[in-house]
Amino acid sequence: MLIVTVAGVRSKSRSAAAPAAEESSAPLRPLEETETYDLPAFKTHRMDLDSLPTSTTASGAQLQEYFESMYRMRRMETKADELYMTGHVRGFCHLYNGQEAVAVGVEAAVTYEDYLITAYRNHCQQLARGDTVEGVLSELTGRVTGCSGGKGGSMHLYKPENRYFGGNGIVGAQGPLGTGLAFAAKYGGTRNIAITMFGDGAANQGQIFEALNMAQLWRLPIIFMCENNRYGMGTSTARAAASGDFYTRGDYAAGLYIDGMNVLSVREGIAYAAERCRTGEGPVYVEMDTYRYKGHSISDQGTGYRTTDEVQSMKASRDPIDQVKTMLIDGGWATLQSLKGVERSLRKQVDAAVEFAKKAPEPPPEHLWKDVLSPSASGESVVRGTLVTTGGKVGTPL
Amino acid sequence: MTLATVARSVAARAGNVWALPTLPLLGGGAATAVWGRRRAALQTVPAVNTLSSPSAALSETKRPAHDTADTFDALPPSVTLPLSTGPLSVGTAATGGTQQMNLFTAVNDALRIALETDESAVVFGEDVAFGGVFRCTQHLRDAFGPDRVFNTPLCEQGIAGFGIGLAASGVTAVAEIQFADYSLPAYDQLANEAAKFRYRSGGAYSAGLTVRMPCGAVGHGGLYHSQSPEALFCATPGLKVVMPRDPVRAKGLLLASIRDANPVIFMEPKALYRASVAPTPVEDYELPLGVAETVVPGRDVTLVGWGAQVHVLVAAAARAAAEDDISAEVLDLQTLCPWDVDAVVASVKRTGRLVVSHEAPLSGGLGGEVAATVAADAFLSLEAPVKRVCGWDTPFPLAHEKYYVPNVERCLEAIKDVVAF
Repeated sequence: MLIVTVAGVRSKSRSAAAPAAEESSAPLRPLEETETYDLPAFKTHRMDLDSLPTSTTASGAQLQEYFESMYRMRRMETKADELYMTGHVRGFCHLYNGQEAVAVGVEAAVTYEDYLITAYRNHCQQLARGDTVEGVLSELTGRVTGCSGGKGGSMHLYKPENRYFGGNGIVGAQGPLGTGLAFAAKYGGTRNIAITMFGDGAANQGQIFEALNMAQLWRLPIIFMCENNRYGMGTSTARAAASGDFYTRGDYAAGLYIDGMNVLSVREGIAYAAERCRTGEGPVYVEMDTYRYKGHSISDQGTGYRTTDEVQSMKASRDPIDQVKTMLIDGGWATLQSLKGVERSLRKQVDAAVEFAKKAPEPPPEHLWKDVLSPSASGESVVRGTLVTTGGKVGTPL
Repeated sequence: MTLATVARSVAARAGNVWALPTLPLLGGGAATAVWGRRRAALQTVPAVNTLSSPSAALSETKRPAHDTADTFDALPPSVTLPLSTGPLSVGTAATGGTQQMNLFTAVNDALRIALETDESAVVFGEDVAFGGVFRCTQHLRDAFGPDRVFNTPLCEQGIAGFGIGLAASGVTAVAEIQFADYSLPAYDQLANEAAKFRYRSGGAYSAGLTVRMPCGAVGHGGLYHSQSPEALFCATPGLKVVMPRDPVRAKGLLLASIRDANPVIFMEPKALYRASVAPTPVEDYELPLGVAETVVPGRDVTLVGWGAQVHVLVAAAARAAAEDDISAEVLDLQTLCPWDVDAVVASVKRTGRLVVSHEAPLSGGLGGEVAATVAADAFLSLEAPVKRVCGWDTPFPLAHEKYYVPNVERCLEAIKDVVAF
């Protein structure tokens, strides 16, 4: 039984769904003012539970920022879904709806000096690491304006200047890669850490354990972050994992369970784990308890293996965006009305990005053989077997 | 006694074993016992050097060089390499001349130079801190410290992925996979991550690591210590694949591979680690990747090979000349991906005939790619069908190895066939 304490809910609070008639016209509270919130309970493995915070303070400005970030993400994902349905996005597309608090909470706890690498459900991390909606949707629609020049697509978004090592298409591959990044951070004598994100499905991959073993052995500053969204594709964790307590599965490594639907809980939990990494105590295996509203990918309706009731009750009781909205309204920093205004303006921004992506040019044909290997001294990037030639010799492009 | 001193004392004893007249290619029981685990099949059986090659012959008549280098007199002052892009001289008197090395000491020398000249360079793999099973990394930890030369757990997929992440962050990563046979657990990481990182990120990232791995037949390696999986890596765009045939090439090609911006699979024929001995330039030098070398010039038939098989082809060419007065030209590809199409095609246009030979199985081997390219680019010059002399399409056999390897007789027969066609 999970201990769920919805942070910020006060006994006399108005809910986010309160009728508009109750809205007062009183001036809003200044955003720099802060409020203290109880945190949902953490759980630990080989770590002292008492050293974790039970409450935290957040300002109206912080909450406003989290709300906007998460809303922008959800809106972008919803539009990505539509773009897929209309044939603008091809291939694969894995949506983040429901899990936004993880991406936003993590970034509130670390800096862009810290390495971040994740799997293929990676659109929102790209936003959180500083890219624009235009950049993400351009990549999804295969446009040259995308962050990978249109050549990566939905699963391969990158932000090198902010140390985002992006999306990996192979389940679990980012475990060892993140370990290499953590080694680089330690080897370089920095206090930076690496965070490698993977799902509950990938948690059963052997290479995660290979990587964790190395990380613990060498006390590398890395957070192995399992986003437990309950389903590895269409298989529930109960059917796939011998132990569903993912935070304990690091065995010899420290573990931390975090309510991944609560952005403040994510922020505080990751801040604690990151600090532990920075002080040289080795990796932390974090379980983010979260939930995926959509199917595994677009081709999966997400209904064949769970009930609609389950999804609806999760949305009604734990939605990360609603939780922050409630905090903003209860704290007096916003009203339903004012938040609707914010939402409207974010929707407009996303709509504009959709139009931008639709109109952006596709990468030219010669990019087929660009970036296979490093460019030659003369700047050319020519690879055999891609040109109309006799045999394998370089000749005239297709 | 620390692990390091154990390793050193074992190495010292092993040195004596290796100095015996019969030259075990993999060292004796004393050397292998400490490494345990997977090498059971390799231990205790003293290997006989089955290679008929000039360098192998040299190693049998002289003691191994790694502990007696200073006893050699009159080493050539420099080495001239007849590369397809023009001759290259290295190891001149001004740069320290040459020193007798075998293939593993040349690899060791290249790694030492890479660590010296690039402070970000790190070398890691299973047992490498103790020198590695083939001694390629010996003394490096003592010289550069445990932060730069270190052991990993036995987890090839993890090692490769770790190296890719490290390289992507800007560190010069040199990984060792203990045997090329064990590169298959790492193949997912190498093929799906290393090879595609640059492409899928539109050039934002690359994983320019170097992965060294001993490969090839050794006389008694059996199924999992003998394979040559180069074709798998050559079929993976985004990787470069290199295989040297002697110490001079090993050192120059390895330094070029480590400094290349792309992921490079560097395959070292394990049979040559001790068997191939040559005066090797002391200086820091690189041999260009993607460039073949004409080992023996000839008129009647082109023989293409790489790694240890080059020595077999050289021996076959000598037999063909002696027995049938056939003038065979031997080309060493050196870089298998991307391979030097121009050099091979130009040679076949002159000779009109091609025999390509490798230890890996015939089907799906790189030889087929060479044959198809020559058929397309030099069709009108061909006087005979291209012949491939390769390993059979069987698992690499233990008891039947001598029937499996494409030996001098099989190569010679193919040479005679294509000339008589």
